[in-house]
Amino acid sequence: MSDAHDDKHDDKLPAVPEDEPIANPGLPAHTWRPTDVDPVAERRAERQVSAFFTAGMVFSVLFVVAYFAFDKDATIGGWGAHNITLGGSLAGALLCIGVGMIQWSRKLMADHEIVEMRHPARSPDEDREATLEALATGTEESGIARRPLIRNTLLGSVTLLGLPAIIALRDLNTGSMDVDQIYHTLWGATDGTDLPRMRVARDAIGTPILASDLEIGDLVNCVPHAFYDPERYGLRPSDVEGTNLQVEKAKAALILLRMEPGDIRPGKGRENWDVNGIVAYSKICTHVGCPISLNERQTHHLLCPCHQSTFDLADSGNVIFGPAGRPLPQLELQVDDEGYLVSANDFVEPVGPSFWERDYFER
Amino acid sequence: MRLLNRSVGRLSRHRRGRVAGLVVLLVGLLLTGGLYASFAPAQAGKADSNEDLIKQGRELFLVSCSFCHGQNGEGLLTKDGDNFGPPLTDVGAAAVHFQVGTGRMPLQQPGAQAPRKKPVFDEEETAALAAFVASLGTGPAIPDETDYDLDAYLESQGLEGDELAEAREASIVRGGQIFLSNCTACHGFEGSGGAMPRGGQAPKIRGVDPIYIYEAMLTGPQSMDTFSNGNLPPDAKRDVIAYLNELDEQPAYGGWGSGGLGPVAEGMWAWLIGIGLCVGFAVWIASHSTRSKKEPSKGVDA
Repeated sequence: MSDAHDDKHDDKLPAVPEDEPIANPGLPAHTWRPTDVDPVAERRAERQVSAFFTAGMVFSVLFVVAYFAFDKDATIGGWGAHNITLGGSLAGALLCIGVGMIQWSRKLMADHEIVEMRHPARSPDEDREATLEALATGTEESGIARRPLIRNTLLGSVTLLGLPAIIALRDLNTGSMDVDQIYHTLWGATDGTDLPRMRVARDAIGTPILASDLEIGDLVNCVPHAFYDPERYGLRPSDVEGTNLQVEKAKAALILLRMEPGDIRPGKGRENWDVNGIVAYSKICTHVGCPISLNERQTHHLLCPCHQSTFDLADSGNVIFGPAGRPLPQLELQVDDEGYLVSANDFVEPVGPSFWERDYFER
Repeated sequence: MRLLNRSVGRLSRHRRGRVAGLVVLLVGLLLTGGLYASFAPAQAGKADSNEDLIKQGRELFLVSCSFCHGQNGEGLLTKDGDNFGPPLTDVGAAAVHFQVGTGRMPLQQPGAQAPRKKPVFDEEETAALAAFVASLGTGPAIPDETDYDLDAYLESQGLEGDELAEAREASIVRGGQIFLSNCTACHGFEGSGGAMPRGGQAPKIRGVDPIYIYEAMLTGPQSMDTFSNGNLPPDAKRDVIAYLNELDEQPAYGGWGSGGLGPVAEGMWAWLIGIGLCVGFAVWIASHSTRSKKEPSKGVDA
């Protein structure tokens, strides 16, 4: 530590108490940057900084050029031309300006050590008194203590402001507020009528499925046939369009699997729910309602892609792994006069995630 | 004599050379392989009739497949009663053409995954094996080109011009809907494959020969479910394949698709490249800011 530097920098330090147990070593000696002592380095740094700023300008111009040069559908090497060029040039401009500024401050801007002492966090007593006094004045002048009517109505209006926010949540329910709709799906649309039972149809194709058409190992993603032929089941076309279609599909999506009849271990009272080894389960995970169809053929294990809940489709859809709390609801299958697969009745329990009022279904 | 002595001396010098062991090993391997190749039954002559083809297939089967699948394709069980090699009596020619044609069979080792690899048998041998296995029982045949190739099918229907383009587009759109409903759970949203339980994987199905995609749907290899013709009609399968082919022609507007895994995986590239560049510049700036031992000359103030 040289004396010359001590004189120069120690004058910014506060006075040190004489009786400090360990002597204050002060600041280390100041050393110089190459750009402070070498004019060549200084000029080089200056050139570098201005080169970065110039590159920033070039990138900005490139952005404008690329914007007009490429059609919005144009591609470069299989990628979208605008995404690559606009993103690249904008990122380049910002990066160059940023790098130039840092380089400027590190190399060329002032370079001396600064010491700032800590201050107590507590405000001075006079500031505190002044603040309290201002508050008291405000209370007195607004008269909020003297006029309880104003105070209470203000409190009431602010509290009631929460109501619009809460009532707007009602719109999260797309249909009616009837809780009962959770318990019913289109598989039971013709329950208790003379109309034909709901056929099981291939999703995205729409054709009903002949029980004799399926081979062992077949997996079919299914929806109610009413989506494609509503009149046959006494429904209006509007019942299976738009929002109604989404609501019904979210509840009625079905997985159909044909396995060796001997592999099935039927649940109590479900001995006849399959048709010649064809079983049907809800496609909606009982955890948080993701659609599942990742099935392993050899094990009959159906895995939910969201949280890895795994259901054994040979064993009443029981949960064998993961966070799901309930087995997958099973749909009882039958065959109609023409040999097509139909639902024998609606699901006997609500599909999808658990909810508060849900009854526990013994199985 | 002296000449001979000298050459023997040279040879024995080489015998102690560093590569001598490797050379001897290679020569030995080449000889063994060459001898095996000339005597192996795989070199049976070209089959003339279906009967000869089945006979040739049986010979190949006995050598390469019977160890796991049994001498008559009846399958073998482990002592615990699990499948060691499943029975092949009703898998049909399509299953053999898929498994052998994509190199999945013969299996290198049992495990969670039968990986795609370089085929062991050529076209003719695969056809012979398929013919033999088909003769064991029922099962789907190897599909025709019009089954799996949309363009070939539309051509066979005599469509032309606008009608052709319209029918083609309708099929691709329909194929996309069927794909999203039936295939994405395992193979991902753009057919790039995905993970399966216990270390398995659903393979990437982009850039795969259409006939193999068709046969995989038809026969349900390994963990895959079957999409038989009674499940997914043949024209639906053809549409799915047409959709996959169309995906290959779509540019990746967002940059690296990362297999359509989603914004997290794709955003990773932005982080790696963007943050990487920033870190690079930061290192460059800091490494050039070292202090100098020199003092400033007079008249310069820091």
